[in-house]
Amino acid sequence: MSGNSTYQPQNAVLQWFEKRLPIGGLIHSSFVAYPTPRNLNYWWTFGGILSMMLGIQIITGIVLAMHYTPHVDLAFKSVEAIMRDVNYGWLLRYLHANGAAMFFLAVYIHMFRGIYYGSYKEPREVLWILGVIIYLLMMATGFMGYVLVWGQMSFWAATVITNLFSAIPGVGDTIVAWLWGGYAVGNPTLNRFYSLHYLLPFVIAGVVILHVWALHVSGQNNPTGIEPKSEKDTVPFTPYATVKDGFFMACFLILYCWFVFYVPNFLGHPDNYIPANPAVTPAEIVPEWYYLPFYAILRSIPDKLMGVVALFGSILILAFLPWLDTSRVRSGRYRPLFKQFFWLWVIVCVGLGWLGSKPPEGIYVILSRLFTLYYFGFFIVILPLLGIFEKTKPLPNSISESVLGAKA
Amino acid sequence: MTTVSSAEHTRRDFLYIATGAVGAVGGAAALVPLIAQMNPDASTIAAGAPIEVDLAPIADGQIIKVFWRSKPIFISHRSKKEIDAAKNVQLATLPDPEPDSARVKAGHDQWLVVIGICTHLGCIPLAHQGEFDGWFCPCHGSQYDTAGRIRKGPAPKNLPLPPYKFVSDTKIQIG
Repeated sequence: MSGNSTYQPQNAVLQWFEKRLPIGGLIHSSFVAYPTPRNLNYWWTFGGILSMMLGIQIITGIVLAMHYTPHVDLAFKSVEAIMRDVNYGWLLRYLHANGAAMFFLAVYIHMFRGIYYGSYKEPREVLWILGVIIYLLMMATGFMGYVLVWGQMSFWAATVITNLFSAIPGVGDTIVAWLWGGYAVGNPTLNRFYSLHYLLPFVIAGVVILHVWALHVSGQNNPTGIEPKSEKDTVPFTPYATVKDGFFMACFLILYCWFVFYVPNFLGHPDNYIPANPAVTPAEIVPEWYYLPFYAILRSIPDKLMGVVALFGSILILAFLPWLDTSRVRSGRYRPLFKQFFWLWVIVCVGLGWLGSKPPEGIYVILSRLFTLYYFGFFIVILPLLGIFEKTKPLPNSISESVLGAKA
Repeated sequence: MTTVSSAEHTRRDFLYIATGAVGAVGGAAALVPLIAQMNPDASTIAAGAPIEVDLAPIADGQIIKVFWRSKPIFISHRSKKEIDAAKNVQLATLPDPEPDSARVKAGHDQWLVVIGICTHLGCIPLAHQGEFDGWFCPCHGSQYDTAGRIRKGPAPKNLPLPPYKFVSDTKIQIG
């Protein structure tokens, strides 16, 4: 993690240690002296918020694991025991469950920000792809965590999602039996999901380190999308970015705590307070809100295999974004047409989320199909063509000029 | 540090190849138990032995659900009307065309035995519901007729038939 470190500890013990393991210099150059563009706005604080949420999820998760039993006969009861008997168990579980939702809220804002300001463009392609990998890992982790509760929604979510793999021609059924460890979702499935749900957050933490590393190699993007050219364009990470990140983390925590303390079950589904019953599918099954757009895409396609392909394609296409967007201007701020298509795309993403919560009939199906078409069209048609036809606005000469005006 | 590669074959070249080969074969062999442990275990397979179901108590028009290998099996005692509805269908109009005679055992037209798992994404369809009065899947709206054939919705295939045979006129063995 680069940066011009001038770290020289005064303390003799620290000097002794630094000579043998220069970790102080690494931290100093990455999070203190590290130059950040001076024009970063609050949308840039979500990286820090996401690190905080990962930390909260790991800490509350480790504690919950001390009280949880991964067995089909005991899992639901142990979760209820956490809620009723364990000291502060209700708080820890609500923090963990709502924390997952907040984690996804923050990651969506982080992703929208990256797309609007072109943060995926050269030289940040690897940084962006690492982010897509983190997002995929988050989806897998969130899904498996939801299954652990072993309520009706847990069980049927596990059934539906594992059955996505049955769409693979030829070997689908073999793969699904392998995933289940049985002839249906059952105890072996719950056990392995527990094992993986414990593992994956640490894998995420590892990829986050690579993500931050890549970020510190290429440097942060900024609202103008032009690279810092002189010392005047940047400010040191501490105190400028640390206090900005810290302040907005506190604001984000207020929202998070409002959910935890006032409406802890608002984002959940009441059916998940019914113990899992393999004999009865609930009348209406929907995933957690953060998966709804993809669920709408899956349902909008009348063919099973193609629906599953579209579902996975809608996420994987993000990894190709650096090459699908052909514009040489990075930031949406100077791209008048892109800006309109982008906001329409945001509306479509949110709209797909709304449609995913509706029954698959009538107007909802038609709208889902239109929205799915636009979702993919944005990547495959609009972005490649915009780079060729769009007339962009003139870029400022430097970051400091855009902030301070021509007098700088 | 630079590696000097000699033009002649050395004992080190031999060791490279030998070590690499052992590593590749050993690595691949180690994957076998790591992957195979996730498949259904011996007790799960043993619990999947055939079961017998007595059909006598199932009333005309009634559908019951039994479990075999953790899967719900629907046993439908079809009424005359349901059998006729299943037979009088233009096969060409079906997404997965199968005549009613292929869905039941010869001479036992009134008994339909199917695996009650929607072929879309694995939900359990609700009996006597939907436009065809067969099954309706609440998850994504697939509809099956009285022969368990897919008629409408995203499911690609008919409800599968489990392996079963009639032990006597009122008893079947599933599995």
